[in-house]
Amino acid sequence: MIEIHNIHKTFNGVKVLNGISGNFESGKMNMLLGASGTGKSVLLKCIVGLVKPDLGSITYDGRIFANNKLDIKQEIRRKIGMLFQGSALFDSMTVNENVEFPLRMLSDMSKSDRLDRVQFCLKRVGLEKAGNKMPSELSGGMKKRVGIARAIAPNCTYLFCDEPNSGLDPLTAITIDELIKEITQEYNITTIVVTHDMNSVLEYGDNVMFLYKGHKLWEGHSSTIMDTNVKELNDFIFSNRLMRDAKKVDQIEAEERLEDEQSREEKR
Amino acid sequence: MKTFGAFLLFLSSLVKRGESPRILFNRTIDEAILIGIDSVFIVAVVSTFIGAVTCVQISYNLTNALIPRSTIGFMVREMTILELAPTITSIVLAGKVGSSIAGGLGTMRITEQVDALEVMGINSASYLVLPKIMAAFLVFPMLVITAMFLSIFGGYLAGSLSGALSGQEYITGLRSDFIAYNITFALIKSVVFAFLVAAISSYQGYFTEGGALEVGRASTKAVTNSVIAILIADFVCAQLLL
Repeated sequence: MIEIHNIHKTFNGVKVLNGISGNFESGKMNMLLGASGTGKSVLLKCIVGLVKPDLGSITYDGRIFANNKLDIKQEIRRKIGMLFQGSALFDSMTVNENVEFPLRMLSDMSKSDRLDRVQFCLKRVGLEKAGNKMPSELSGGMKKRVGIARAIAPNCTYLFCDEPNSGLDPLTAITIDELIKEITQEYNITTIVVTHDMNSVLEYGDNVMFLYKGHKLWEGHSSTIMDTNVKELNDFIFSNRLMRDAKKVDQIEAEERLEDEQSREEKR
Repeated sequence: MKTFGAFLLFLSSLVKRGESPRILFNRTIDEAILIGIDSVFIVAVVSTFIGAVTCVQISYNLTNALIPRSTIGFMVREMTILELAPTITSIVLAGKVGSSIAGGLGTMRITEQVDALEVMGINSASYLVLPKIMAAFLVFPMLVITAMFLSIFGGYLAGSLSGALSGQEYITGLRSDFIAYNITFALIKSVVFAFLVAAISSYQGYFTEGGALEVGRASTKAVTNSVIAILIADFVCAQLLL
């Protein structure tokens, strides 16, 4: 479990994060939801240590991460896997080398063990035949899958995904979301996904934290998100036309149900 | 001063929690091949022609019948060893290698590859930049020595083919009043220039922010700043070491 408490971050006098606190559970898809520019990615970068928060604490399974000794930070970092928005595959390396890279740098595994692990990870994401390709030869979805394979290669305990399905077609986006969900449950990983895609949240999300202008406005299970009374969250959810239409359908159905019930009562 | 301070902090970060010697060695060799092999052709062309032009121009200016023609060979040698080979080669390398280093690191930065290394717990500055500087230390002196030979050879060809002086006169000039320390001086300069080009270009690339436009700007700044630093260091080295 990852716990964050009272995280503040300011860039050039602009307050980007304003006292964010929350828990991210193991084996669950923890979604960080919000519109662009609300501080989701900055919060994620604070959690993984790429950005130092001005104030607040971050603990990984009870171990303090931010402001701790370098050795302890390094030890925790070696359990972290991250899927970046643009995949961040190393251009000069093949797919095999990309996935092998963290094993080569961070473990004492022999070459043959590393290659076995690379094959296993690539097979897990359905890319076992793409090992010798360069990142430039891959499609956007394939790059994301290689990114996931690289993230899970060193048996990560914590997986962070920064907008994993951005720039992908809807079908590929679903595949990536499904893959992240399966891996999270299979290995009991603490996964945090930054997204503004409501489909991902509703279909694959477990716990959701909604950020708005650097503040946490709502937190709860994804199944209850449609019942919220938070205006900003409702505005966000129903800014999407399809969601708005779905809401209208829900309202019409609800009204029809109400009318049915009323007419039944009248008949009685 | 703020930039200079940031540059010093950047240099200090290169040696903090560095990678294992095996990884550093392998990365240095890879970078040396990239910097060295790819630059041999341009260094060869530039130095050969500079030697040739130097010979022709000295010959043009040397009209006094009392000065022996072999002086041309002597002057080509001195100019090549003391100034042209180390400085011009380093300026050429600042353009070729410096822009490549800054562009490569800048692209890695904006595509989050540097962040990916940091998340893995790897010191990205040490992993990416230190081998480039080590490789430059290794390769620049080699290229400067190559440039010295080719520049002097270019002078020999130009002098012989144009009829300015005979091959024998040129070689006599080359062998007269040779000071071995000048070679040491040129090699010291090449190491200083290697550090400046690799470190300044890496700094510009490593801290790139934004998009493709900023990567281009970082490359341009890397070359400009490296060339200025080379010229200043050239003057300082000459004052201190000669």
